[in-house]
Amino acid sequence: MVPAAEFRSYYGRPVIKEPVWKVPEVPGYLFLGGLAGASSALAAASDLAGRPELARVAKTAAAGAISLSAVALIADLGRPARFHHMLRVFKPTSPMSVGSWLLAGYGPAAGVAAASALTGLLPGIGKTATVAAAALGPGVAAYTAALLSDTAVPAWHDAHRELPYVFVGSAAMAAGGLGLLMVGPDRGEPARNLAVAGAVAEVAAKSLLIKRLGPVGAEPYQSGRAGRLMEAAEILTAAGLTAAVLGGRNRVAGALAGAALVTSSALTRFGIFFAGRTSSRDPKYTIAPQRARAGSGRERMPATHPADAGRPASGDGWRNLPLGRGWLRNGPPNGRMAGHRRMSWTGMVSFEGHFPEPKIFSTQEIVVSRMAQGRPPTAGWRGSHRRRHRDYRRGGVVTVT
Amino acid sequence: MSIDPAARAGYVDHPPRMGFFTDTSVCIGCKACEVACKEWNAVPEDGLSLSGMSYDNTVGLGASTWRHVAFIEQSIPRRETPSNPAPSEASSAASAGSAETPSNPAPSEASFAASAGSAETPSNPAPSEASFAASAGSAETASSSAASEASFADRLAAEVPKGPPGQAILTAGRVAGGGSGGLVSTPQEIRWLMSSDVCKHCTEAGCLDVCPTGALMRTEFGTVVVQDDVCNGCGYCIPACPFGVIGRRESDGGAHKCTLCYDRISDGMMPACAKACPTESIQFGPVDELRQRAASRLSSLHEAGVADARLYLDDPADGIGGGGSLFLLLDEPEVYGLPPDPVVTTRDLPRMWRHVAAAAAALAVGALAAGLSGVRGRS
Repeated sequence: MVPAAEFRSYYGRPVIKEPVWKVPEVPGYLFLGGLAGASSALAAASDLAGRPELARVAKTAAAGAISLSAVALIADLGRPARFHHMLRVFKPTSPMSVGSWLLAGYGPAAGVAAASALTGLLPGIGKTATVAAAALGPGVAAYTAALLSDTAVPAWHDAHRELPYVFVGSAAMAAGGLGLLMVGPDRGEPARNLAVAGAVAEVAAKSLLIKRLGPVGAEPYQSGRAGRLMEAAEILTAAGLTAAVLGGRNRVAGALAGAALVTSSALTRFGIFFAGRTSSRDPKYTIAPQRARAGSGRERMPATHPADAGRPASGDGWRNLPLGRGWLRNGPPNGRMAGHRRMSWTGMVSFEGHFPEPKIFSTQEIVVSRMAQGRPPTAGWRGSHRRRHRDYRRGGVVTVT
Repeated sequence: MSIDPAARAGYVDHPPRMGFFTDTSVCIGCKACEVACKEWNAVPEDGLSLSGMSYDNTVGLGASTWRHVAFIEQSIPRRETPSNPAPSEASSAASAGSAETPSNPAPSEASFAASAGSAETPSNPAPSEASFAASAGSAETASSSAASEASFADRLAAEVPKGPPGQAILTAGRVAGGGSGGLVSTPQEIRWLMSSDVCKHCTEAGCLDVCPTGALMRTEFGTVVVQDDVCNGCGYCIPACPFGVIGRRESDGGAHKCTLCYDRISDGMMPACAKACPTESIQFGPVDELRQRAASRLSSLHEAGVADARLYLDDPADGIGGGGSLFLLLDEPEVYGLPPDPVVTTRDLPRMWRHVAAAAAALAVGALAAGLSGVRGRS
C-alpha cells in the first residue's frame, strides 16, 4: 500500500513517542540474546554430533553472552533495583514478560551447561542443562522480534511478519560465525553450516521485509545512520558468506568469515533499532499510512480484538484466548475465577483478560472473598492500618510492595 | 456493541465507565486544565521555554504533562463565490452596515462569518455558531447544502502552500473584515483551533497490554492507571501507545500518565481538569452518556453549518475499541497531532507470536541439522 503523498501534522511534531531504551544496552542485548540462544542450540547439536570442542565453545559463548545481556537489561531499566518486578506476573500479551520468564529459565541453564563443560564436573547435570538451554534458546533468540514489533513504532510494527526470521537468521549467523572463528572450519563444520544457513535466511528475510514495507515504509531502514549500518551489515554478510563457503579448510579464511558474520549480525540489530527510532520521530511514517487507510470516508478496521471473539455476554470473567484451544480458550474448568477479582500476594495481577490467569503465585482467595464482602481481608494484613476502609469495600487496588 | 473494559478485567460490581468528552469547539485555550492537573497531582515542572507553536509552550503529553492544550492557527485566502463576492469598499461597508441588523451577529463575528452574502438572508442560523461556520459563504447554503460547499479544512488543504513537512499552516495574511476598508491586499479567513489533549484511556490499551510488571492496570471505572510502586521503568509502554501519551520521567525513572484523577473520582468528585475548565469544554461523566452528548453536539454543529466538526475515538468499532476520552474536533485528527486511524498493537500480536514460534522452531531444526551434517565429515 502506498501511503498518501501528502499529510498534515501538528507543527511537524512526532505523533508517537520514540523508545527510551538506551544504546548500546538494548540493541546490544538484541545481538547478545540472539547469539546466546543460537549458541545453545548449536552446543546441543555439537554434543550430539560428537564435537566436544565446538560444544564447549558454544556453551561458553552462550553463558557469557547471556550474562552480559542481563547486565545490559538491568542497566537499561529506569529503576534498576526493581528488576525482579519483571517476575511479578506472567502476561502473554507482553513480549517483555514472556521474555523475562524465558530468560529466567534459560540463563541459569546456560550457565550450568557452560560450567559443567568447562570444569568437567557433574556431566549428567551439565547434559540436562544443555538440553534445557537448547530448548529455550531458540525462543530467546526469536522473541525479541515480537518485543520490537509489539509497539506503535511504524518501522517495527509493520515488519512484524518478517522480523522474527531476520532475528533468528542473524542469531544463527552470529553463533555459527563465533564457532567458526574460535574452532576453525576443520573441526567446526557444524558452526560453518549453521552460519551459512543463517546468513542466507537473514538476507532473504530482510529483502522480504524491505519489499513489504514499500518505498516510504522502508525509508527508515535505508537512510541515515540506520541505512549505513544495514548496508555495512550486508557487505559483511556477503564477504563472510563467500569466505565461509569458498574458504574450505583454510583457518584464516574461516576466522575472517566468522568475524565478519558476527559483526554483521551486531550491525543488523543496531540498524533495526535506529530505524525504529527514526520512524517514530517523523510523523510522516505514522500519519501517512493511517490517513491512506482511513481515507476521507473514515473506513474502519474491523474490531478483531482477540478477547472479543465470541466472548460470553454475561461478562462473568472468562475470555477467549486468541491462540489456544481447549482449556485456554474456555478457562479452567473449576471456574474459581468467576465472581472475584483475582489478587496475588504481590498485588494486582493485572492483565486485560485477553488470556486467563495462570496460577503462578498462591492466591489468597479467602482474602479476596472477604474483600468482596466489604470486610478487611485479615486482621494482620500487611498495611491494613494504612489502607482506608473504602478501598476494601470497593475491592480497590491494594498494592503490596 | 461496546466493550466494558472493567468487566473484562474481572471487576464484578463496578461503577459505570467514566471518561472525558472534550468539545474543542468551545475550548478557549486558557490552559486551566493543564494547571489544575499539575497542581492536584503534584506533577513536576517539565520545561519552561517558548516553542513558537502559537500559544502552545507545553508542546506535548508526557510523563510530567498529563493535559496539553494544542493551538493551531489556520488562514486561507477568502474565495470569491457568487454568494461570497470579493469585499469591495461598498460591500465591506454593506456587510459592516448589515452587521447591525438584528438577525446578524456583531461586526467582529461577521468577519469570521466569512461571507458578505450572509447579510442578505434573514434566516441566519444562530449567530454564535455562525462564527464557527467557516464553511464557505452564505448561511443560506450552509444549512441546506453544507456538503456541497467546500469546508474550511478542504479549502485550506487545497490552497495553503505547504510549509516544512506537511504543516497545515499559515500565511501571515492580514485579516479582512467588515468595515476595515481597503487596508488589506488579500482578504483572509482565520480560524484558531484549540484542543486539550489527554490520555485516551483506551478500551484496548496498548500500554496496559505490554506492561511486563503489571504496573499498568485497569481500574473499576474502566480507566488505565500506573501503579508507581510497581513500575520499574522498563519503558515498554512508551513506544506502545499509539498516541504518544505515556512517558518516562527522568527524575524518578518511572512511567507516568493521566490517572483520570482516580483519587478524586473514587470519592465522587470530578477530575481536576474538568472541574477547572471554564467553558465545560472538558466534560466528565459516564462514557455512554458522553457519547450521546457528543453525538447531539455534533449534529447541532452540523446543522449550524460547521461541516468540519467530527468526533474522534467515539466509535467502539475503531482500532482501540473506542476511547474513554472522546473528542469533538474541527479538523482532521493529524492537525491536532492525533493519529488519524490508531490501531492498538495487540491486535497483531497473535500473528507475531505465530511467526516467532515458527522462527524458533526453524532455528532449532536448523541447528540440529547443522550439527548432524558435520558427523560424516568428521576426521
